[in-house]
Amino acid sequence: MKIRTVRYMFNQGFTGLWRNKNMSLASISSVAASLMILGLIITLVLNINNVADLAQMQFDTIQVFLEEDISQQKISEIGNSILKINDVNRIEYESKEQALLNMKESWGEQGYLLDTLEENYLPNSYIIYLNSIDRAEFVVGELATIDGIDMIKYHQEIIDTLLGIASFIKTVGLALILVLILIAMFIISNTIRLALNARRQEINIMKYVGATNWFIRWPFILEGIILGLLGAIIALLITYYGYNYAYSAISNQFTVVFSAYLIPIGQMMNTTIIMFIVIGSGVGALGSIVSLRKHLRV
Amino acid sequence: MIEMKNISKVYPKGIQALTNINFKIEKGDFVFLVGPSGAGKSTFLKILLKEEEPTEGTIYVGEQNITKLSTRKIPYLRRTIGVVFQDFRLLPNKTVYENVAFAMQIIEASSKEIRRQVPMILGMVGLSDRAAQYPHQLSGGEKQRVSIARAIVNNPSILIADEPTGNLDPETAWEIMKVLRQINRRGTTVLMATHAKDIVDMMQQRVIALEKGRVVRDQQRGAYGYED
Repeated sequence: MKIRTVRYMFNQGFTGLWRNKNMSLASISSVAASLMILGLIITLVLNINNVADLAQMQFDTIQVFLEEDISQQKISEIGNSILKINDVNRIEYESKEQALLNMKESWGEQGYLLDTLEENYLPNSYIIYLNSIDRAEFVVGELATIDGIDMIKYHQEIIDTLLGIASFIKTVGLALILVLILIAMFIISNTIRLALNARRQEINIMKYVGATNWFIRWPFILEGIILGLLGAIIALLITYYGYNYAYSAISNQFTVVFSAYLIPIGQMMNTTIIMFIVIGSGVGALGSIVSLRKHLRV
Repeated sequence: MIEMKNISKVYPKGIQALTNINFKIEKGDFVFLVGPSGAGKSTFLKILLKEEEPTEGTIYVGEQNITKLSTRKIPYLRRTIGVVFQDFRLLPNKTVYENVAFAMQIIEASSKEIRRQVPMILGMVGLSDRAAQYPHQLSGGEKQRVSIARAIVNNPSILIADEPTGNLDPETAWEIMKVLRQINRRGTTVLMATHAKDIVDMMQQRVIALEKGRVVRDQQRGAYGYED
């Protein structure tokens, strides 16, 4: 294909787009809306997964609190029993005195408040490091059979809940997006039908003079792709600025620590840019191909 | 140049449009295709242009058997056949020059060729001074000459004219015939479907008459042969 032909095709594509401004606008908005929601879902799912990952890294331990008033010997017996459980890597003993010190430290400037306590109510505990967080369930089951353990604390439940929410959002979101994309395709194919009708006469002449089928089709496919791409660009801009805004709002409102759980904007955009551009132009091209198949007999 | 052997066409609803058509047109011939409305002239032209497939028979254009032609090759066949219609079919938002140049652009001719060829063809049909005007500024005869210029600008070896004088007054019709005759003298085979009795009678060219889908007459130096 000659460069001049390519220029002609783009020219025709843009002319068609301009001729039906309202329909073009509707097409672009529908693509933008679908992709924006896709962006929102990607943002939520990726971030929730990220939080879950971080949580798993931080909480791949189980803490068991021991009953009050048990002997030092009983305490080491419990320790040995725990070590015998499969998948337990190592354990650390934290005495109630140590626990109080740790708490003071983590309270920082307010730590002096703890000095006023007359008695240390904190229990003795073991911190259990697992080979793998996946085995937490099993280990917890085994721990429950050991005498002298008052309470088992682990975070698998929270993590499971997070992952559950993420996969729910993913499933529902993808179904919603599929519907939205179909709607966008339908709107684009209607826009292309109008463009086709506006150029019926021209196409008729082109046919008789011997224009190849692809020469006739390309301008319309290009028009569809341009519509999809414009929608994608709008969605990208909104996602970018929206995420940026949310990111800094969260960092300011809460603590900086909290924003450490968020995926940085650059990394977010790496994922979305290519995805949006591919989906946007794909939806546009498909929309016009559907229309050409139905309304253009070459 | 054009040959049909035992061509028949039955439309899906069972209408028999053409029955056992046989004829041969040599290169450089000027042929009138006559017959009452519904005799099958349109189907005949559509089969030539590969808009319709014949139900039976074989058809050659040039040396090529085009009975079965893949969709991809049809455009290249059409480049060897120029078509002129009764209703001109000019693009209203393009000038005379652009209308003719358009036919070259869409087969990807170079701009150099276009700049050379279009003025020459416009000169040939006598429209050099109309190049910058739009179709609505032209008379019927001028419009038809633009459409002829567009049909021959890519140098097809065959020119098909479907009732080219149907919308024109007799005097203008003769002007168009002069142009067609001139194109024919340059070596282009011309096939003209028409109802214009006077023209057919005066031109004294070969006449193929269709009736109810059959060739009822094929005559060198023929006359229209119907009293309308």
